[in-house]
This record gives sequence, structure tokens and C-alpha cells, in this order.
Amino acid sequence: MLDPTSPLRGVSDRLASPPLPVEIKGLVYETGGKRVIDDVDATIESRRITAIMGPNGAGKSILLRLMHGLIAPTQGEILWAGRPADRSMAYRQAMVFQRPVLLRRSVAANVSHALGLRGVGRDKRAICVDEALKLAGLERQASMPARVLSGGEQQRLCLARALSLDPDVLFLDEPTSSLDPASTLAIERLLLDAQRRGIKVILVTHDVGQARRLAHDVMFLHHGRVIEHQDSQDFFDNPQSEGARGFLSGGLVL
Amino acid sequence: MTDFIDAFRTALGLIATLDPDLVEILVLSIKVSLSAVVIASLLGFAIGGALAVYRFPGRGAVSAVLSALMGLPPVVAGLVVYLLLSNVGPLGVLQLLYTPTAMIIAQVVLVTPIIGALTRQACQDLLEEYDEQLRSLGASSSAIVATLLWDGRYRLITAVLAGFGRAIAEVGAVMIVGGNIDHVTRTMTTAIALETSKGNIALALALGIVLLTIALAVNASLIWVQRLANRLAYA
Repeated sequence: MLDPTSPLRGVSDRLASPPLPVEIKGLVYETGGKRVIDDVDATIESRRITAIMGPNGAGKSILLRLMHGLIAPTQGEILWAGRPADRSMAYRQAMVFQRPVLLRRSVAANVSHALGLRGVGRDKRAICVDEALKLAGLERQASMPARVLSGGEQQRLCLARALSLDPDVLFLDEPTSSLDPASTLAIERLLLDAQRRGIKVILVTHDVGQARRLAHDVMFLHHGRVIEHQDSQDFFDNPQSEGARGFLSGGLVL
Repeated sequence: MTDFIDAFRTALGLIATLDPDLVEILVLSIKVSLSAVVIASLLGFAIGGALAVYRFPGRGAVSAVLSALMGLPPVVAGLVVYLLLSNVGPLGVLQLLYTPTAMIIAQVVLVTPIIGALTRQACQDLLEEYDEQLRSLGASSSAIVATLLWDGRYRLITAVLAGFGRAIAEVGAVMIVGGNIDHVTRTMTTAIALETSKGNIALALALGIVLLTIALAVNASLIWVQRLANRLAYA
């Protein structure tokens, strides 16, 4: 559990209380005449890490964006603890994108800017920035331009920035797809730590090993539909659908 | 040829001795163009940032007009401001025609589209990259504009420099609304035009050398700013 000397103590004296369950009801998303999300029904109840998996173009990233409210569904709805998401719900969420998006400012200023957008006062911002950077092991780079960091450091900074916002729900879209093993490990440690603090982590990943290491449950998407959603142990040992079996056995799933 | 060499020598002498007439003209020119660029920058940043971020009907048309106005001929800008400020014009009561203020207004009209259009482009490029991240962070539209303007700061500096280069070098607009009145509205460009036609090549040449130096300095700073931005990985 949370170590009392953990730097995150100051950021968040409380454990996160995610608005669960997430109920996805009849969700459809169409773009350019194509149905990218095709009538998805799913319920996420676990407080632990949920992985969304599936081949390219299955709609994983779109589903994540729909859940985060970055795009609006064509049909259907998503309920958080029984309520549709509003602005206050958006403020309880944070997201890390596949490609790190960093402002043309210093490492510290990137975190500070995000805190400012969420209305955190100046004095508290400085403390949160220090703690977030310490957590991500980036305190020595605090005054460097963010965009000269290595790819792994950039993604760590993005995660630190997201965590500094003290979210209840954290979305990640293939956060380690272009990182080396050491950087991937650093990200995974931060995610496990976040989960221990009660943050609901929903992660899109291609990496079967990563899903095995992190996920409590796996939602498998294929052609815009959820064709399987179960505990990761069962999913990996005994996949029910042909698509998931093919995906896990390394076959080409079309 | 010896005439030209004499004129050139006299011109260098005027510069070296800081001839009062030359300095007066130079100072007025810089005052007018700097004031115009400061005002045009504030307007241009606001217009460009807003055009990049806010969605409203006619946004595309406004952007297109703004870009087209980058090439607005100075004499046309001068003519429009002249009509506005002349005694029968809507702003005639202000009695601004043939004052430095009129010249500033004309140059603002000339330079705002340049800074505005370049700002819009810079912000739009950044927004493509930042949009989802900023919306994920919960940024309001005005906060997005502020973020883009600050992150585009090096490109905005080059836009301002481009605007200043345009303002200091133009002759048509200040000539029409300023009237090239000695000690009042005589700028480098209008003085060059006048002195050349009067045959006073030395003063014209001296002013030309100063103007050219300023233009070169502006361009050198443009390159320097871009290099600096690249080196700092801000570009």
C-alpha cells in the first residue's frame, strides 16, 4: 500500500475514489460513413487495471476517446456510477496519449501548465510539480526544455503530468508502444503505483506481456465490437472467441 | 560618376556626424513604425489566435481575407485611411490627417494582416498537435489561445519582425496620410523619394544606407530567432 513517505502523499492525501462501475450502453461511433464502434455494451466494475486489446483498427483508441469525452458518440451512452459524464467528471479524468504531447516549455512548466488549467493555485502548483517530477524520476531535468528529453522520459513526463492532476480515472493509449524495455518498466511501475492509490487505470495496449503484467481484466475489441471481456487470467489462459485466440497465439487477426 | 562618389562620401559623412536632419527623420520613422507594430501585434495575436481556435460561421472566409490582405498595396492602405480621416470622412473630426498618428494608423492597417495571418498559421500548426491533449486537460478556448500564443512565441517574434520590416520600408501609406511635411511627418522613405526628385542625392543616399542597414538587421534577427528556436528544441 501507499508508503507514508511516498512523494504522492502531498499531491493526494486521499485515495482516489473512481466513479464505478463504468457502463457502456449501445455505443456507436461513425465517422466518414464508417462504423468504427459498433453497438458496444460493456461494464467495467473492477477498481484495478483494465486493458483494452485488439488488432489495429478495432476501435480501441476511439473507445478510449469516447470514454474520456474527447469525442461524442453517434448513439448510446456511457454512465459513470450511474450518471452521464459532465464537466466535473472530465476533471476527474486524465489521459496519456500514444505519442507524448509536450508543450514547448520546460519540463516543470509542462506540469505546472496542466495544473493551472485545472484551477490549482500558484503556491500549490509548485509543490505538486516537484512531487510529480520526483515520482517520475525527472526532478533533475525540471528546467530543461521538455522536447529535448528522450522518448521514454517524455512519456514519463506525460504520465507524471496526468498523475499530478490527481485523477480518479486514468486513460492510456498504447503508452509504451515505442519505448524500450527500461522505459516501459518505469511506466508500468508508475501505473501499478497509481492503481494502488485507487486510481482506475484503463489502458489500450498491443503488448500481450504488458497486459499480463498489469491488467486485472481484458476487453477484447474486433471490428468495433467487444467480443470478449473477462478476467485477464481467464482471457489469456482460455480465450473464448476465435479472434482473441488468434490474437494471443500470434496469428494474424484480420 | 564623380558626382555619385561625392554624394556617397557626403552621405557617409551625414551618417558619421549624426546630421540632425537625418537623425530627426530616422527617429520619427522608427517611432511611427514601432508604434504601429506594437499595436498591430496586439491586434494580430488576438485575431490570429482566435481564428485558429474558435469555430464560427465565416471563419474560413475571414482567414482567407486576412491572408489576402498580407499583400495589401501600401498606397491602398493609405488611401483607405485617408478617406477615413479626411475632413469629410467619418473620423474627420479627429483632425488626424497629416500627423504621425495618421501614419501609425495607416501602418497598423498594413501590418495587422501580416502579423494576424502568420499568427493564425503558427497557432493552427500547434493546435493540430496539442488539441486532444489540451482538451483532455480541460482547457477552455481562451486558455487554448493563450497556450498556443506562448508556445508559438518564436514564430510570433518572426511575424513581428516581418511586420516591422514591412512598416519601416513602405512609402505609399505614410506619404498619403502623412504628407511628407518637413519636421512633422517626414520619414526615411518619403524623404528619400523627395530628396531624390530634388536632386539632393547625398541625403537620399544616407537615408537609403540607414534603411538598408535596418532591413538587413531585421532579416538577420529573423534568421537568428529561428536558429535559437531550433537549438532550444522549441520549434
